[in-house]
Amino acid sequence: MLNLEYMWGLLPVLLSYLPLTMQMATIAMFFALILSCLLAVIRVSKVPVLNGLSLLFISFFRGTPLLVQLFLFYYGLPQLISSLIAITGVTAAVLGLTLHFSAYMAESIRAAIVGIDRSQTEAALSIGMTQSQLMRRIILPQATRVATPTLMNYFIDMIKATSLAFTLGVTELMGATQKEAAGSFLYLEAFLLVALIYWAMVEVLSWGQRRLEIYLNKAYQR
Amino acid sequence: MISLQGITKRFGDHTVFSDIDLSLSQGEIIVVIGPSGTGKSTLLRCINFLEKPDAGRLQVGDLRVDTQHASRADILALRRRTAFVFQNYGLFANKTALENISEGMIVVDKLPKAKAHARAREILERIGLAEKADAYPASLSGGQQQRVGIGRAMAANADVILFDEPTSSLDPQWVEEVLGLMKQLAVERQTMIVVTHEMQFAREVADRVVFMDDGGIVEQAPPEALFTAPKDERTRHFLRKILAPKGQSEL
Repeated sequence: MLNLEYMWGLLPVLLSYLPLTMQMATIAMFFALILSCLLAVIRVSKVPVLNGLSLLFISFFRGTPLLVQLFLFYYGLPQLISSLIAITGVTAAVLGLTLHFSAYMAESIRAAIVGIDRSQTEAALSIGMTQSQLMRRIILPQATRVATPTLMNYFIDMIKATSLAFTLGVTELMGATQKEAAGSFLYLEAFLLVALIYWAMVEVLSWGQRRLEIYLNKAYQR
Repeated sequence: MISLQGITKRFGDHTVFSDIDLSLSQGEIIVVIGPSGTGKSTLLRCINFLEKPDAGRLQVGDLRVDTQHASRADILALRRRTAFVFQNYGLFANKTALENISEGMIVVDKLPKAKAHARAREILERIGLAEKADAYPASLSGGQQQRVGIGRAMAANADVILFDEPTSSLDPQWVEEVLGLMKQLAVERQTMIVVTHEMQFAREVADRVVFMDDGGIVEQAPPEALFTAPKDERTRHFLRKILAPKGQSEL
């Protein structure tokens, strides 16, 4: 049977690592949003040279496992650039998550931009708006709405992916669970509990996502 | 005063039209007719630089643009002086009716927001949609959307409004209200060039009807003259087809 008392006692211990997990996910998401918007606009506007580099970037970060990328940043890069020897596990994890997820998100945002009716672009240009005014005021606000469900999914995925930071020696939620379990030998209880914590976190976010979508869809009700 | 001199447009090897000359004076209303695929819409789009012409000069008021050496500033100025009404409305889906109309005044003309909104409300009044100020395009009928589209063009305070088949994608029940608004603008002597298949509208409203075919202007004349005594065989052929009672032309 499950040792419920042990689980109850472990709960506050594990919850104290929640802020670190959320911090890593939020910071990585913040930078990933900026980077992916940039990549998407470059791809849509077909900026010479940069477009090619974006393609290469997206191809690499989508084409290799996240774990491999994390190991490359944490264990591999310092070999090449010696000043990076001081890179912490948290920094390497945030960097890896940012780059990895921005590659995926860029494609979603690009698809959202391309999906916006061409006639709105022409209308904006016809009244004398510049390309950047068009992007800022017409295209991106609408693309944001279209891309939001997908981007929220990536955020949820990213929260779970922070658990990989434990392989870089970071004691976050997963790392802490591993340590506790190794001490108590109650693996089932510990990992079941951490699974429930991740699950609950994702459920809260999904609820927030639904609210956000209702808000964003306000303008489109018939 | 608006004039086109030697405007030419090619798509790849295909020449849509070449060496088009056309001019209209302030307050003049021109309706362009002709078979599909003769470049009527493309010609309008060239005036607004939505398509870059392959040769020719444009003049709108005191602004003269050599289309082959047009700077970015030339193009923006040209666009601000030539407003466009689209077949598919092209309303900004994330903006209300009011904001669709005020957007250009705020972003391009740099009017303060309050002033732009006040002007937009006046325009909504004129197009009969005052009570729809805060409605988003998705909640408007086709006819209402196109009226907002026209309102947006009016807001530009342009020298000329270019209408590209403004009623072609409307359900039949909305056509009249849009044509009605255009007639109202015509009464106010708003300079306009209208590409349309609405021959009745052309007859009633146009000062001059331009018939385009085979990559050029075939003939142009006041509506009565053009409809009752067309000079060119191609014009006669086109008018016979389009004015024939429905059903007969499809035989």
